[in-house]
Amino acid sequence: MEKGEILQQVNAIFIDVLDNDDIVLAYETSADDVEDWDSLNHIQLVVAVEKHFKIRFTSQEIQRWKNVGEMLDCILTKNA
Amino acid sequence: MLMKDFSQLKKNLKRDFSSLRTVKIALLGDNATQFLNQAIRGTGFDHDLDLQIWEADFNQIELQVFDPASDLYAFDPDLVIIFCSAHKLVTKYSKLTPDHYICFADNQLAEITKFYNTISANSRAKIIYYNYTEIDDAIFGNHTNKVEHSFLFQLRKLNYELMVYANKTPGFYIADISSIQNQVGKAGMFRPSVYVNTEMVLSIDVLPLVAEKTVQLIAAMHGHFKKCIIIDLDNTLWGGIIGDDGLENIQIGTLGIGKAFTEFQYWIKKLKNRGIIVAICSKNTESVAKEPFEKHPDMVLHLDDIAVFIANWDNKPDNIKKIQSLLNIGFDSMVFLDDNPFERNMVRELIPEITVPELPEDPADYLEYLYTLNLFETVSFSVEDAERTKLYQVEAKRAGLQTSHTDEDDFLKSLNMTSLVESFNKFNIPRVAQLSQRSNQFNLRTIRYTEDDIERLITQEDTFSLAFTLEDQFGDNGLISIIILKRESVDSLFIDTWLMSCRVLKRGMEHFILNNMVSLAKLHGYTHLKGEYLPTAKNEMVKDHYKKLGFEQAGDHWILDVSNYEDKPCFINKR
Repeated sequence: MEKGEILQQVNAIFIDVLDNDDIVLAYETSADDVEDWDSLNHIQLVVAVEKHFKIRFTSQEIQRWKNVGEMLDCILTKNA
Repeated sequence: MLMKDFSQLKKNLKRDFSSLRTVKIALLGDNATQFLNQAIRGTGFDHDLDLQIWEADFNQIELQVFDPASDLYAFDPDLVIIFCSAHKLVTKYSKLTPDHYICFADNQLAEITKFYNTISANSRAKIIYYNYTEIDDAIFGNHTNKVEHSFLFQLRKLNYELMVYANKTPGFYIADISSIQNQVGKAGMFRPSVYVNTEMVLSIDVLPLVAEKTVQLIAAMHGHFKKCIIIDLDNTLWGGIIGDDGLENIQIGTLGIGKAFTEFQYWIKKLKNRGIIVAICSKNTESVAKEPFEKHPDMVLHLDDIAVFIANWDNKPDNIKKIQSLLNIGFDSMVFLDDNPFERNMVRELIPEITVPELPEDPADYLEYLYTLNLFETVSFSVEDAERTKLYQVEAKRAGLQTSHTDEDDFLKSLNMTSLVESFNKFNIPRVAQLSQRSNQFNLRTIRYTEDDIERLITQEDTFSLAFTLEDQFGDNGLISIIILKRESVDSLFIDTWLMSCRVLKRGMEHFILNNMVSLAKLHGYTHLKGEYLPTAKNEMVKDHYKKLGFEQAGDHWILDVSNYEDKPCFINKR
């Protein structure tokens, strides 16, 4: 799967989990840029992404990403 | 009846809770409980409850409980939920020196007892305690079962001791999350990466199950629970179609799929023994439908297990309405089981309050599926429950006699009714509390009392209680009505509670009760009784209760001058 395609799917997950249709993610988007993307909701997002792509992140990975792009790269390494 | 996932529950939080019943809950945990908080409130919405949750900061249980000036007590909760996790339990154990292992469970229970005692002394709240999900630390392997001081041995002992403690402690309830782990497995219950990052011990996916288990308990405490199960016959209670296949060819017994139906019937039988009313609703000719109950050697259920048996060719919603009017209970306390999706949808469509599980296609899956729904949550059990089916069968016979007497007085006289009148005592308290939880229709103020509430109440001065039984030539109805009177002034007694089981309507019981209340008032020197009707969605039938009994309206209240009261006629003798 292409990174752009993954971005689209992750974007849809964010919209569903945070219940906000206006979210538009880019590679450089970080938690500060998205309303309600706090550390707690981050976990809910991560679990939803894991379920969608049928992958598992390690607990370190979950904390390491600085922006959406890094999360996508991590998904790519897991052969999504 | 599909379980919502966590994000759907979260969406409930934005809905309008304003018309829902409020319950104040304090949530205390030794783990991060923010998501659990949201899941419980969201689940509450689907149970028509506005659960207002105050959440303690992380790991503050002792601080909140043992300080009488804490925020916990300032919040004045109806309920305190305490969630001490198995993960923190294993850490606690691991820090001990080996000589302390052996008394670990006892010490934990002593601490939990202290929580309960302190909370009870400082507030009116009941307590829900989460039991412990099992963790096998694999130090001893299978041998752990033979080593009392091993962690798993101590954990299981603690879970067992918690049940024993709950059994003798009326205001202390267990939410059985250990059974949830049995259902979903440990991998479904717990996600190490989530735990490491957030201190949450529950996975996102299991939150709805834990919240549901918790809210079912809360709902049952507030009178929402199931009293009756209505079951279809062909392909639900046995395999095949009795009208087409005949008695010899229906599937039930020990062979093949018959086994699934037999085990299903054993489950229904256990429910009946617990006091759930079992009714049959089937599209069949009645004599044909009854044949297996009478003649098939492998049938577990017999006709005397069934309170109401309806088999005809009318549509099911009409038949269910007929069952409802015979039993006099709300549709929301009924469960309907049918293998046919068409019938299920029709019933759902026309009787939205009734619970209609989406039975799996394969009868082999029925039981496992029904187990997971936990349809019959309750917070009380009394021996009278087990007799309930008999009571309703007797009621049906009584209805038969009534039609043979045209004069109502003659009919009532012929019943030879007697009633035992007592104040509340340690023998009748469980039934009194239960009646207080169950009665919705003939209930003037719908104040719910639990066993410990009642125990507290009977020690209060200036409070009088009356409990009434009713027996007649057909059988004993048991304890069917309760009265709580509170002194309001030198000359006036306030009727705090007047409720009655609808089973005994139209027998003159209301008159008999009032006669007894008046003599009690006179005996203690009161001149007036004061009544009040608080409307609910279900107690419309007693709207004019006091008016009919000759009380005078005074604003929102009803007053009866007892000094020139003459006993109302009735055909019930005091036993």
